[in-house]
Amino acid sequence: MHAVKNVLGQPDTEFVWHKEESIGKDVDLVILPGGFSYGDYLRTGAIARFSPVMKDVIRFAKDGGTVLGICNGFQVLCESELLPGVLIRNESLKFACKEVYLKVERDNTRFTSELERGEVIRIPIAHGEGNYIADADVLADLEANDQVVFRYSTAHGEVVREANPNGSLNNIAGIINKEGNVMGLMPHPERACEHILGSADGLKIFESLREYFTVTETVA
Amino acid sequence: MHDKISTLEDARRVAIELGLLEEEFDTIVSILDGRIPTYTELGIFSVMWSEHCSYKNSISVIKTLPRKGGRLLVEAGEENAGLMDIGDGLAVAFKIESHNHPSAVEPYQGAATGVGGILRDIFTMGARPIAALDSLRFGELDSDDANTGRTKYLVRGVVHGIGDYGNSFGVPTVAGEVYFDSCYQGNPLVNAMAVGIVEHGKTVSASASGVGNVVMIVGSRTGRDGIHGASLLASAVFSEAAESLRPTVQVGDPFAEKLLLEATLEAIAAGVVVGMQDMGAAGISCSTSEMSFKAGTGMKIDLDKVPLREASMSAYEIMLSESQERMLVVVKPEDVKAIQAIFTKWDLQAAIIGEVTDTGRVVIDYHGERVADIPAKGLALGGDMTPVYHRATKEPAYLKEVHSFVLSKLPDDDDPAGTLKELLGSPNIASKKWVFEQYDSMVRTNSMYLTGSDAAVVRIKSTTKGLAMKTDCNSRYVYLDPYRGGAIAVAETARNIACTGATPLGVTNCLNFGNPYDPEVYYQFKEAVRGMGDACNAFDTPVTGGNVSFYNESPDGAIYPTPTIGMIGLIEDISKVVSSDFKKESDAIILLSVGESNDKFDGLGGSEYLFQQAGVVAGHAPECDLDKQAALVKALVELADRRLLNSAHDVSEGGIAVALAECCFAQGTEKQLGAKVHFPLVANGANRVDTTLFAERQGVVVLSADRSNVDEISLIARSFGLDAHVIGEVTGDRLIVRDLIDESIAELYSIYTSTIPALLGEGEPVE
Repeated sequence: MHAVKNVLGQPDTEFVWHKEESIGKDVDLVILPGGFSYGDYLRTGAIARFSPVMKDVIRFAKDGGTVLGICNGFQVLCESELLPGVLIRNESLKFACKEVYLKVERDNTRFTSELERGEVIRIPIAHGEGNYIADADVLADLEANDQVVFRYSTAHGEVVREANPNGSLNNIAGIINKEGNVMGLMPHPERACEHILGSADGLKIFESLREYFTVTETVA
Repeated sequence: MHDKISTLEDARRVAIELGLLEEEFDTIVSILDGRIPTYTELGIFSVMWSEHCSYKNSISVIKTLPRKGGRLLVEAGEENAGLMDIGDGLAVAFKIESHNHPSAVEPYQGAATGVGGILRDIFTMGARPIAALDSLRFGELDSDDANTGRTKYLVRGVVHGIGDYGNSFGVPTVAGEVYFDSCYQGNPLVNAMAVGIVEHGKTVSASASGVGNVVMIVGSRTGRDGIHGASLLASAVFSEAAESLRPTVQVGDPFAEKLLLEATLEAIAAGVVVGMQDMGAAGISCSTSEMSFKAGTGMKIDLDKVPLREASMSAYEIMLSESQERMLVVVKPEDVKAIQAIFTKWDLQAAIIGEVTDTGRVVIDYHGERVADIPAKGLALGGDMTPVYHRATKEPAYLKEVHSFVLSKLPDDDDPAGTLKELLGSPNIASKKWVFEQYDSMVRTNSMYLTGSDAAVVRIKSTTKGLAMKTDCNSRYVYLDPYRGGAIAVAETARNIACTGATPLGVTNCLNFGNPYDPEVYYQFKEAVRGMGDACNAFDTPVTGGNVSFYNESPDGAIYPTPTIGMIGLIEDISKVVSSDFKKESDAIILLSVGESNDKFDGLGGSEYLFQQAGVVAGHAPECDLDKQAALVKALVELADRRLLNSAHDVSEGGIAVALAECCFAQGTEKQLGAKVHFPLVANGANRVDTTLFAERQGVVVLSADRSNVDEISLIARSFGLDAHVIGEVTGDRLIVRDLIDESIAELYSIYTSTIPALLGEGEPVE
């Protein structure tokens, strides 16, 4: 909220209560933020997926609306089948909060246009269940369709096991749907929007979205 | 169980079983005007008069701590946590509390509910928690002792419990400390601190004012967990048989607490709360009696209306349950509907259980029977009928022996590079990354992510300000010299706060000691508190609250006296925050210090070096001149305020050599900078290498700065009566100290970061 409203400068940003039936009208972007929905005592995101408002979020996404899921939001998107695969417990079986490096695999999405393909960005993770897995078919499909947007890498962009903080298959940190309007990632770009907090690399994702909507509105 | 007890003698027997003393039972009977107490009443007295709730053996001593002055808004003991002004119409609430015995018995839940309890103390006042800290102490990790396995189990469980609770609740855990010493083998310490922010005038008091107002219980249902947690578990020496006390440990539900936080703050903002107190130790017994006592009112409670997890619970169990995530709220009758609407929105219970009366008594009915009828002033802390004891003291016999240690008998260090590596790899000094990476340290996006800093800094959105926070205590010093050790604990925390550029504001403390009935333990307690008090006066940091945890003993004896200090500092402009790591090539490295002292152990007394080389905790704690310490703190704040510093790091365990190494690798593997330094061997000692490199002299800070700032820094240092000498420069990728040490930073860093994961038996992916 702070990152989009105050840092990015979008005063019209609002929270939507999970028990609402509708996300409201004239919405450009829905962000499913991180957190521990329903305590995540069951599988992460498994209950939040049934929150009343999710019905409308799914409708919005299917109509081509832009949806970004961060951390728990990514887990909810997978549970809602808006994105393929699932996130299981970290390989270490421990929660991990630290800064990681991400290699940008796609710069031709509405979420990443301000980034460069191959660029390495520094963004924190904070999760206990960020280990991305999918069936071999699904994974092959994801790779074939170029749906992996971010991979965990070293500071120099090497996608190697040592740089993988949670055991995710193919070092996957974030993916996008085939249509290109729904993206989920485990790292927290909103925590890396101000230099004073250590990194402003994450802001570029929000700037990409602002750019996308500014252009869309101008064209319209 | 029948609630009525038929004879006074039966009642006396029950009272003794519940941990009350003979004379305490007699007082209870007189408070009840000679009536035979019911079983429930004895249960209530036993928890309310337990050490944990009544402070009966400590209150006369802790009252001597400075509790006024500075920016204090609410004094210690007046509310659930102290409150200090930070300007802009805002105040900071903060408090530290122990959850030692629960964590020893059931590490995961014990630690988790410790975090949950301290967070509730903060938001029950109306403040939103912005940060948590944890001070942890365990037995040795690296000894050959058969108990090491249990220690590892405790470390893993405690860290997991703290992480799961804080992470799910959504508060960043930003700082803390972890020590390992055999004295904590059977009795680990888990001290949790929370910090919150509230607007002036938006706080809520834990007071039941307004006769006729409605008493409600909100949050989770009441269950059978935690019964007698405060009395049998927290207020007695416990033994190997403690496993049987596991049911006295509460079970935490962090998501319920998150909902309770939001509902509570929403209710306060809506102006429908008259008074509120969280339910921690002693549950409904404590909240009803303390809220009544504070307002000079009474309460009539109908236990049949308390939402229960199990229908068959007795009055005794309901009154003593320490089920978590509950609050007692006093509301005007016309606001009940509004409260219920808010709590229902957050999927929480909000049940009317009674009303505020003018009788001054807590009256409890259950199943149509009067199970308790007790004057509130007979139960609540500060009530004139509750017991207060002045215990005897005796200077501990061991002091003579530890003070007789002769340094000159210890051969000087002939392999300083090797010693530095050993120290960096010792569990007490090695990086605790393994621990803190399991905590979400950034949620809410306010933590200034300082990779290695002497204190955490959390910015306050919509202002330019930040709060620095830290916990500290070197218990070896307190063991060697209780008075000086207590003072050092405060001084070290203050230096850590000031190294970031923040001005120390106030102190909360968690006083962990052994059995107060042992005069030697009580001597340690009294002296340590005296030292803390003098130090708090020197830094103008009043004590805003905290807690006392006695009975920290195992069959092997008492723990080292451990008065953990939690301190808050304020920095007006967060763009001026200073972190501890070197920033750039060719910066000057400056040693800022309080100057020479007459310490006959040259700062090696009680040091990690001495422990490692000679296997002893001996000598005197390092000298600590409080006036000079206060000057040092002021100088650090001024240097930061003038933007003269690129880094500042306090010298503590492991001495200057370790501090320099930490300055070099605080940034991790990414941009490591080396250092080349040269300084004279200490003059007033015997020109020893070890006292030069590894002594833990109090009041030495390693600074780095642009060369062009050096003159101004020296000038300012002198104006505060301090020494400042350029000892070298930031350069290369090695740490070079005279002709004594020449090591690659990468290797030192690898030693520093691999110890803890290796000892805990888990290979971590290398970064």
